[in-house]
Amino acid sequence: MLEGCFQFAQGKFNLSIDFKINVRGVTAIFGHSGSGKTTLLRCIAGLERAPQGYFTLNGECWQDESRQFFLPTHKRPIGYVFQEASLFPHLSVEENLRYGQRRIPDTQHKVAFADAVELLGLGYLLKRGSQNLSGGERQRVAIARALLTSPELLLMDEPLSALDDHSKTEILPYLEKLHAELAIPILYITHSLSEVMRLADYMLVLAQGKLLSSGRLSEVLTQIDLPFVQSDEAGVVLTATVTEHDTQYHLTYVSFHGEQLGMSLAPHLSIGSTVRVRVLARDVSIALINETHSSILNVLHGQITELVKDNRGQTLVKMLVFDTPVLAKITYKSSVLLNLQVGSWVYARVKGVVVV
Amino acid sequence: MLVSPTFSLSASDFDAIWLTLKLASLTTFLLLCLGMPVAWWLAHTRSWWKTFIEAMITLPLVLPPSVLGFYLLITLSPNGWLGGLWRDLSGNTLAFSFTGLVIGSMIYSVPFVVQPLQNAFEALGKRPLEVAASLRATPLDCFFTVVLPMCKRGLLTAITMSFAHTVGEFGVVLMIGGNISGKTQVISIAIYDHVERLEYGQAHLLSLLMLVFSFAVLLSVFLINRRWQVRV
Repeated sequence: MLEGCFQFAQGKFNLSIDFKINVRGVTAIFGHSGSGKTTLLRCIAGLERAPQGYFTLNGECWQDESRQFFLPTHKRPIGYVFQEASLFPHLSVEENLRYGQRRIPDTQHKVAFADAVELLGLGYLLKRGSQNLSGGERQRVAIARALLTSPELLLMDEPLSALDDHSKTEILPYLEKLHAELAIPILYITHSLSEVMRLADYMLVLAQGKLLSSGRLSEVLTQIDLPFVQSDEAGVVLTATVTEHDTQYHLTYVSFHGEQLGMSLAPHLSIGSTVRVRVLARDVSIALINETHSSILNVLHGQITELVKDNRGQTLVKMLVFDTPVLAKITYKSSVLLNLQVGSWVYARVKGVVVV
Repeated sequence: MLVSPTFSLSASDFDAIWLTLKLASLTTFLLLCLGMPVAWWLAHTRSWWKTFIEAMITLPLVLPPSVLGFYLLITLSPNGWLGGLWRDLSGNTLAFSFTGLVIGSMIYSVPFVVQPLQNAFEALGKRPLEVAASLRATPLDCFFTVVLPMCKRGLLTAITMSFAHTVGEFGVVLMIGGNISGKTQVISIAIYDHVERLEYGQAHLLSLLMLVFSFAVLLSVFLINRRWQVRV
């Protein structure tokens, strides 16, 4: 459990935030630039000292200004990955990796050197100087270096934003492995909704230094009053099980609560494994009856819980499918013609399902 | 009277060389110890005093050595506050002593140590310190394992400039140290002395020694800096 509040003013910018979140897995901190994401993370790390602040992790107090208590950064069991890798240029890759590890007692080593090297695929780089690495390699070294302090909380400040698309796609699988194989909770700053959908289990939304929303990913992604939920990128992430590869039609089937969803053949996914699939609101249409004469194969049955019309003739429909919220973006005209109401049972026809 | 040129150095010349090296090494060492915290403070403070201290530290660059030497002489003499205090504590005088020379040289060379270090610390920025802290390094640990290695060019410049500048000083030493052979006579003053006595041969030798030494030092610094530049 991570609990805190920070009041922090810096020029025109004001951070005023009060939060209490259950940290397990990856919690994305999402917001536009200037929303206070980085300041929040720096306050948690102790790199900034909010004049009015309070912070505890699993009952351990790191800051309590009511009794002027502030634990300096080097005494906090955190790992911090900055936007730029910030490797020490005078040290080799291996020396960079060992820098933090050497500074914690052996009894606190939870992440072994060999495991971190293996997890981030750094074996071939160890003897190199930290100058001659690609952007993606540098960031992987920085992540492993932070992991090797065996942190209780890993803080990542847009670790992909300084990388080109190629390095991004190179590094994302490592982040997923991190998520799957280590029990270290991660706070992950990003302004990219697709990174959120790919990595996060929980989500905090910040705007202008205030907390707009926090909670499980599926709840926050479908909270219709949030600005990004109205955007073109809005959608949900469903957790599904891979059931079948159909090479004849070039399709892979996943099962979501017993409903079959088809998507482009992805033979690298093993049958029975759990995957996260993304369903964008704009790829979902709505029908009142389950007609089979349609080019769309994927159909989910659900009950409408919310309907919001915007001023551009679009209606965002939120429905519950087996307790999981799903969004559909349709025209306002359709919603009127179909006479959609809160409580109506409808069929959501899903055009695009993508593994994230 | 015609003086036949001798091209060998006398015992007092060797004394002067030894004294010069001793003075320059000691001055450089003490200045580094004192200059590093000052440069660190200047690089990180937002205090109003920063500008004031910076101006003070730069003064020896622009003041004529005679002015600096004159004030130092006043301060270090047994009637001055520092000289008086020193005499009460140790029973010796500061003016016309080796200790006095060290104090004078330190003041004279202080900008050559503080400025390169301050520039290096400022160029380093806060990020490496934050990374080190997030990797559990205490501030002191971070200073020795991250800051100094990353600022090695600034450090090298500070050391060489302070050493070379002390070796080359003349005016301040003359004002506060006089010209006591074996005690306060440094090379630059020994040369002056030889010229006054028309001992051109020895003056030539000592001068050539200084020239070669200074050039060698600067050349090696530039070479090392060039090598480090490629890496950093």
